[in-house]
Amino acid sequence: MNLKLITKGILKENPTFVLLLGMCPTLGTTTSAMNGMGMGLATLFVLILSNMAIAAVAAQIPGKVRIPAYIVIIAAFVTILQLLMQAYTPALYETLGLFIPLIVVNCIVLGRAETFAAKNSIAASALDGVGVGLGFTLSLTVIGAVRELLGSGALFGYPLLPSGGITVFVLAPGAFIVLGYLLVLFNKIKR
Amino acid sequence: MEYILIIISAVFVNNILLTQFLGVCPFLGVSNKVSTSAGMSGAVMFVMAIATLFTYLLQYYVLVPLHIEFMQTVGFILVIAALVQMVEIILKKISPALYQALGIFLPLITTNCAVLGVAILVVSKEFTFLGASHYLNLAQSVVIAVAYAAGFGLAMTLFAGIREQLDLAEVPKAFRGAPIALITAGILALAFMGFAGLV
Repeated sequence: MNLKLITKGILKENPTFVLLLGMCPTLGTTTSAMNGMGMGLATLFVLILSNMAIAAVAAQIPGKVRIPAYIVIIAAFVTILQLLMQAYTPALYETLGLFIPLIVVNCIVLGRAETFAAKNSIAASALDGVGVGLGFTLSLTVIGAVRELLGSGALFGYPLLPSGGITVFVLAPGAFIVLGYLLVLFNKIKR
Repeated sequence: MEYILIIISAVFVNNILLTQFLGVCPFLGVSNKVSTSAGMSGAVMFVMAIATLFTYLLQYYVLVPLHIEFMQTVGFILVIAALVQMVEIILKKISPALYQALGIFLPLITTNCAVLGVAILVVSKEFTFLGASHYLNLAQSVVIAVAYAAGFGLAMTLFAGIREQLDLAEVPKAFRGAPIALITAGILALAFMGFAGLV
């Protein structure tokens, strides 16, 4: 049962390919496989901690103010993440830029708080956070890898194609188009 | 002159949706009809202008003097959430007609990353105009927020128009819904790349 909590976030309820949540970081940060993975792991960190904290205090929060309360809890963990990243991974922090503070308004994090953490135990919420976070990380890494390979002919920074790539794939239009075609592929495989 | 450059840069060159990926969720979610996307854009413009005004004041008159800049994320989102609530209440009292038009979109806006994104962007980035780069002042911040929102509205409305046509087209099964919308958005973004280097 516990394992199911983790696997459902990765495949059946994949936040990116099935639920289409958190589109802004998905499109904005996946210029390379490494950046996509970094963004996914940053979200995973916030997701686990906020899920646990919200599961712990949800019963005490009056229903009317629950959304603002959740947002403040999430914002606190995002601030912790920002300080940690500034200290230990300054280069990645620079690259991801605006999208790190924007984890606060990522619909995946708030969505899990509202639909899962508020109604379940701390342990189950932590596992749910791990599952959904890993699903998000995986999708972002895949999108990043495809864009990096097509756009700069490399994978995780290692050059693979001698001719380089088609630059448009690492630019804004490439993000939309690659995600669109990956969704088509996902729909085909699922059927 | 500088204001004109700010507006052109924010609406076309650095279009918030198609080049910076802020506010993509409502872009894909409510852009099925031209009328709803116009309503959404109006609400976003309204909230974004007021939110940027208040977060600018918060940043430079509270956070910086007290040396607690790390509280930016928490402070900004609180201000935005409170503002959205207030705008909703005030609008209901003063202008029921406007509330009718924008009301249903307001709760969605707290979690619209474009609002928080622009609020953070204007206080954290140096903008370059006419060869000189500097941080924006209060008036410029509000102008750029309105211009970003106008760019959001432009992209939303263009996209909604295309999607209305798309409903009539025969799209392959696997492409239906989100995939074809994303690919269309990609082509639109490609068109907007033509503005690069204009300012």
